[in-house]
Parts: sequence; structure tokens; C-alpha cells
Amino acid sequence: MTTVAEAPPRAPAPETEPPRKRGRWTPYLLLVPGLLWLLVFFALPVIYQASTSVQTGSLEEGYEVTWHFATYWDALSEYWPQFVRSVLYAASATVLCLLLGYPLAYLIAFRAGRWRNLIMILVIAPFFTSFLIRTLAWKTILADGGPVVGALDTLHVLDVTAWLGWTVGDRVLATPLAVVCGLTYNFLPFMILPLYTSLERIDPRLHEAANDLYARPSTTFRKVTFPLSMPGVVSGTLLTFIPATGDYVNADLLGSTDTRMVGNVIQSQFLRILDYPTAAALSFILMAAILFMVMFYIRRSGTEDLV
Amino acid sequence: MTFVNWLKRRLVVIAGLLTLAYLLLPNIVVTVFSFNQPKGRFNYEWQEFSTEAWQDPCGVSGLCGSLTLSLRIALWATLGATLLGTMIAFALVRYRFRARGAVNSLIFLPMAMPEVVMAASLLTLFLNMGARLGFWTILIAHIMFCLSFVVVAVKARVMSMDPRLEQAAQDLYAGPFQTFVRVTLPIAAPGIAAGALLAFALSFDDFIITNFNAGSTVTFPMFVWGSAQRGTPVQINVIGTAMFVIAVVLVLVAMAVGNRRDRRKAQKTHRSPL
Repeated sequence: MTTVAEAPPRAPAPETEPPRKRGRWTPYLLLVPGLLWLLVFFALPVIYQASTSVQTGSLEEGYEVTWHFATYWDALSEYWPQFVRSVLYAASATVLCLLLGYPLAYLIAFRAGRWRNLIMILVIAPFFTSFLIRTLAWKTILADGGPVVGALDTLHVLDVTAWLGWTVGDRVLATPLAVVCGLTYNFLPFMILPLYTSLERIDPRLHEAANDLYARPSTTFRKVTFPLSMPGVVSGTLLTFIPATGDYVNADLLGSTDTRMVGNVIQSQFLRILDYPTAAALSFILMAAILFMVMFYIRRSGTEDLV
Repeated sequence: MTFVNWLKRRLVVIAGLLTLAYLLLPNIVVTVFSFNQPKGRFNYEWQEFSTEAWQDPCGVSGLCGSLTLSLRIALWATLGATLLGTMIAFALVRYRFRARGAVNSLIFLPMAMPEVVMAASLLTLFLNMGARLGFWTILIAHIMFCLSFVVVAVKARVMSMDPRLEQAAQDLYAGPFQTFVRVTLPIAAPGIAAGALLAFALSFDDFIITNFNAGSTVTFPMFVWGSAQRGTPVQINVIGTAMFVIAVVLVLVAMAVGNRRDRRKAQKTHRSPL
């Protein structure tokens, strides 16, 4: 999200700035209510969660902090497949979102002409229907023996995906492919919008210049357009990958017990099994893993101004 | 060969339109299946055309109750998040203060955290405090995660504002309050409106955080989730379709009004150039 970027610090201009009487406390008064809200209901809970993860006890007798770090080890050794699966599914969905989203963002930015606003509305419009209802619609689209599955079967695509382990038999529903398809669908707009924002900022004269210098369209794209759209690619991939890793809705509605992601485990531990320490430990590991991956990614992609 | 060339030149357009189709396909399915008359409890297979559900959208017990609850929560969450977020945005753009970096990361982190982590940690807080889960815990959670998005939207607008406009107002002897109400606020309004709309949409459609912190309270997304396990009534599709149509019509009307206003403004300035 390019808007997240902090503005370059404006040079102080004492001559143009009028000598205003500003209360020294005004900024703090403006900040305090909102920041307090975030501190109490966002930062404090993270600490509570960390403390819960090292407690032992039971629902009946209550919990006590015993610095029982073995919970982390137990949680990881029991649920590492779900962790691996989450990262794998989220990464696949992110790559698919980039491959599918880039042409559309490019189309809106450079080729749409007077259709630009309409296509933009159509990209955002699905948001207006509850995403759960739309995810359920994929159950119909990918239904066994439906037209989509039938077509894939006749084209022998299903044989290939089954061989790769993405589908099972002649089904698509309740397989990894269905979950990744749902994740891709759900987070695609989060890829398209930042891509579009960074593509739209590119000066069209740069394309003309590349053309004048005898660059072929593909070279122009490789050397001019794509590098300039990198901020959009980075924020788009982050906005897709982060929520996709923690998602459990797609895995639950479109998947099976073999496609459970770490979000599913956290949800059931917290809301059904009521094993709070394990659930808190899992959630804490997920948070740490995501923060670590995001930091590494931002460093590598060299857009530090994102944060 | 000419066909291949034609295809090559339009490859981006074709790929883009295919993606658009992928994005819109579920909405089409939702709309079509709102006219279905399913045989069993689930509305996943086409049986026969019927307008029964459209004639009685509240016919399923609990559906419309959950819808009004979601609207109520979304309205209050929007109000709270917009108020708190706008204040933070103004402080960030207009004032110098200590610990700016820490404030920025506190605002950024909720957007960079998977929802399930925020949801789970907030639940541990509520459990530790012995809070009763329901309307208020949902509202607290929604204000929390909408806040950052409002800050971002308002900040972008306030940052692009010309500070000389406010200076001009003060040169013309407007007090600080008058300057704020008559100059600053109207210019910042589109940013605040965008933030508020975003907050409303996020809150209304939120499932994961609500799922953790709702207790036995059922919002609309919670109702849909529950029905995915028990049986999906056609009315869900009716509500989904209606929401889609209403929102698209509202956007189109707003755009048409905006266009007309721009044109009229252009005409006016044309007639009486300053």
C-alpha cells in the first residue's frame, strides 16, 4: 500500500509559516484517544497472548504462568504440517494473484481509455457482497461433475494436477487446488489496487522515450514499466500474502481435513477445544514468522519507505 | 499470421478481461442462485427458477436480525474509528512531537498482522478480564482494526493540502477554530469520507475477528458462516445480490452527480472568469 509510506520530511520553512500560537499539548491531545485504543486493544493483547502461551492449568482450575515453554515445542512438532501448508498455499496464491492481477492493472492504467472508471468499479464491486457468500459460490462453480470440473477433466488437466498432488481423483472441491483458487480470488483486489496505483504514476513519456530508443514492447516492459511498478508489486504481494497465511475461511469452506491451515488450528483450539496455551503459542509463532518474513522481504526488495 | 499479430497486440487486454471475469464469476453465480429453488438444505445445485426467496427475504429466522446487528455495529465502528483516526492523522501531518516512529509503527502493525492473530490475542485479553463477549467486544475490536485504515486515508488527503489556504484564512482574520471549520475540514472531507467508507465496509464484512470475539452474538457474516455448516437458505443470495446492486447503483449515481457538478463548475468559470 503506497499510501502507507511516510511522506518525505518537509523542510521546515520558518519564513512562510505564520507565527501561530500553537498549544504544545495539542498533538498529544489529538493522539491520545486513538493511540490508547490501539495500545489497550492491540498491543496489550499481544502481551496477554504471550503470557497465556507460557501458562499451564485447565479450564476448571484456572491457568497460571509457569514459563512452560515446552508448549511451543509441542505445538510446533504437532502442527508443523499446517504451518508449512499455510506458507505454501499463501505463496502460491500470491504468485497467482500477481500473474492474474498484473495484466488487469496494466489494462486499467494504460489501455482502458474511457472504460477505466467502469472497470475500476467492477474490480471493487465484488467487495460489496459479503466475501463469505462469494466464497460459497465457488462451491457451486467447482462442484463435482459441474461444467468447470468436466472441462478440466476432458482436457486432462485434472490428470496433471492429480499427479502433482493438487487435486484428488476427479474432484477439485476439497483439494489444495480449490483452497488456493479461493485464496487467490479473495485477495486478488488487494494485489490489483496497489499495482494500479504504481502503474498509473508512470509518466507515459517514458514509454515513448523507450520506443524512440528502439526498445521493443517486451524490452520496454522489462526495463521500464516493471521496475517502476516495483512498489506496487511489493505492497501487493504483502497485502496478499499476510492475510492469506492467516486465513482459515477458504480452507474450511473449500477444503477438507487434509488442507487445514494454521488458521484453522488456531480457530479450533481457541473456540472449540479451548486449549488456550497451545492456541496462544501457535498464534504467537504465526505472528513472529510473518513479521520475520515481511522484514526480510522488505529488506531484500529495497523499499524501506513502505513502513 | 495476421491473427497471431492481432492476438499478440491484445494479449494484455485479453488476459486482463479474463481476470475480470474470474473476479466477477462468483457474483454472477450468487445472483443466478438467488432465483433457485433448491431441493435439499444447501443451495449449491441448480434446480428450478423461482422468485420465492425474493418475495420473502427475511423468511429465514435470524437472518434479518443479524443483518441489522451488522449494520448497527458497522455504523458505530465507523463513527468511532473515523473520529479517532482523523484526530491521529491531523496530529501526524500537522504537528511535531516525540516518538513519531513508535506512533507510526503502532498504526502500521495492525494492518501488517494476519487477522487471526489480532483476533486470538484480543480474545485472550477479554478472557483474562472476564469480559462478556457480545456487542461491545465486537465493537471494540472493529474500531481497533478500522482505525489504521482511516488514518492512512485521511493522512493522504491532509498531506496533499496546500498549507497556504489556511494561512490565507488567518490573514483574513479567521480564528483557529473558524479556519479549521470553514477551510481545513471541507478540504479534508473527501479523505475523511473515504476513510469512513472503508471502515464501514471492513466492519460490515468482517468475519475472522468477529468469529473470535462475538460469543454467541450473530452478525451477518457469522450467520452466513453458520449456514454453511447447517444449510444455506436462498435468502442469503438474495441479500448478497441486493447489496451488490445497491452499492453499484450508489457508486454510479455518485459518479454521475460528480461529473455534472464538474461540468457545471467548468461552465460557471467559463462564463465569469475571475
